[in-house]
Amino acid sequence: MKQTELIPHLFRTEYRKIVSVLYKLFGIEHIEIAEDIASDTFLLASELWGLKGLPENPTAWLYTVAKNKTKDYLKHNSIFTQKISKEIKYSAATFHEIEIDLSTQNINDSQLAMIFAVCHPCNPAEAQIGLALNLLCGFSATEIAKAFLTNKEVIYKRLQRAKEKLRTEKIKIEQPGLSELNERLPAVLLTLYLLFNEGYYSSNQDVSLRKDLCLEAMRLTYLLIENNYTNKPAVNALFSLMCFHSSRFEARINEEGGAILYEDQDANLWDKELIKKGEYYLNLSSKGDELSKYHLEAAIAYWHTHKEDTKQKWENILQLYNQLLQIEYSPIAALNRTFALAKANGKKDAITEAEKLNLTDNHLYYSLLGNLYTDVDNAKALEYYQKALSLTNSNSDKVTIGKNMEEVMSKLLESTKRGKPAISPSVKQQITRNPV
Amino acid sequence: MPNASPDEMQAMTKRWMDWIGGIAAQNKLGDRGNRLFPSGKVVKPGNIITDGPYSEIKESIGGYSIVKANSLEEATELAKGCPGLTNGGTVEVREISEM
Repeated sequence: MKQTELIPHLFRTEYRKIVSVLYKLFGIEHIEIAEDIASDTFLLASELWGLKGLPENPTAWLYTVAKNKTKDYLKHNSIFTQKISKEIKYSAATFHEIEIDLSTQNINDSQLAMIFAVCHPCNPAEAQIGLALNLLCGFSATEIAKAFLTNKEVIYKRLQRAKEKLRTEKIKIEQPGLSELNERLPAVLLTLYLLFNEGYYSSNQDVSLRKDLCLEAMRLTYLLIENNYTNKPAVNALFSLMCFHSSRFEARINEEGGAILYEDQDANLWDKELIKKGEYYLNLSSKGDELSKYHLEAAIAYWHTHKEDTKQKWENILQLYNQLLQIEYSPIAALNRTFALAKANGKKDAITEAEKLNLTDNHLYYSLLGNLYTDVDNAKALEYYQKALSLTNSNSDKVTIGKNMEEVMSKLLESTKRGKPAISPSVKQQITRNPV
Repeated sequence: MPNASPDEMQAMTKRWMDWIGGIAAQNKLGDRGNRLFPSGKVVKPGNIITDGPYSEIKESIGGYSIVKANSLEEATELAKGCPGLTNGGTVEVREISEM
């Protein structure tokens, strides 16, 4: 790796390790000091390595410099040292004896402790995701703003507020005790799940940034798996879900960053290794008697790694959605369940059920109805697609709906040509109108 | 269904799951509830305990589910899909009177 590439690379991989250890050392009160020391370390590296060339072991160099800078800081800030010396986790008699432990074990432990602090429910989910990217993944406010499609100031304020909240709530950077773990883990998993979804489902056109978000979410989830203490069935289920989803990452995005629908994906582009990994962790997740929503979503994602449209596949997916909805209702799960119902039980059943869902402000609801009525009542299908089109702002959704409408329209024209039942004037008018 | 074959049992389970899933998909499921074994004990005044309830009355309660609805009519609509109706059962719809 060239030096110009090496520093950004090391910044990505090592910054967060160094800073986690320092966060844990200084406590939540003083996270800026930890950040300053870690940043200064990289600044020095970029200056010196440019002049003198690369050290033999760049990572070890960074660790040594970070340790020395920390010791210097403590030495030269006696007031600070007096104030925080009680809080310093390493109970050294004087700051000279403070050992800054950058071993793999302590790095992992520190990162894990930080995950729990960052994903503390005292902050709203959105702020937790921002904090995770900032404090655990080393993303700047600018990068986070890009990911969230918002401006830097909004994110900066959100991060400041969230950090302040951690301070005022006196959140400790430590792994929760055994009795507390089951209570705290769901919030952590939810944040990691949302972080992953932010990358996976975002309409952001910056594909490499989206991929980064997914990878970071997987890396943090994997940290929980690596630690015996947090390696719970639901964590394995979540990781399995992430593996199955990301196996389709390349296949579901076109060159312009737009979405390619499942039916249209080239299954050869699915990542077989990740699918295998997903299966492996799905198996592990079945140890124990816990059935989380991640288990069910992972199992659904598993069935979607089988492209063939078999009855068995859709029956399984339907039953998984039935269970998922009992654990937690969401409009998207309700819509997907109805789609699976159509595949498993037939369109007639699905139409009856769909009309009960009453999600009249959701364009996907009308897209579903359009899909279900296709070949059953094409004129009605077209009306529903039209309604869907009027409700969405997303360009890729508009393209998809437009394609579906064209298909339905050609079916309608075909049937009028053959002298089949005439279609109503209002529909004729729609046919002549260009949908997109 | 004492004499049902495994396939019939599976088909029946599916009907129940699809019904409950359909209610959950409308965000109207309160609690899936439980099935009840057909027989148990009946306690009467005067420390009289009998087997039952089938020996005393023709009908016994097979199970219960809790739904969320704005009216008794809406809840009744949900009950119409109950698979128990297809094998001679009935569904009673009652409002919970909170204590």
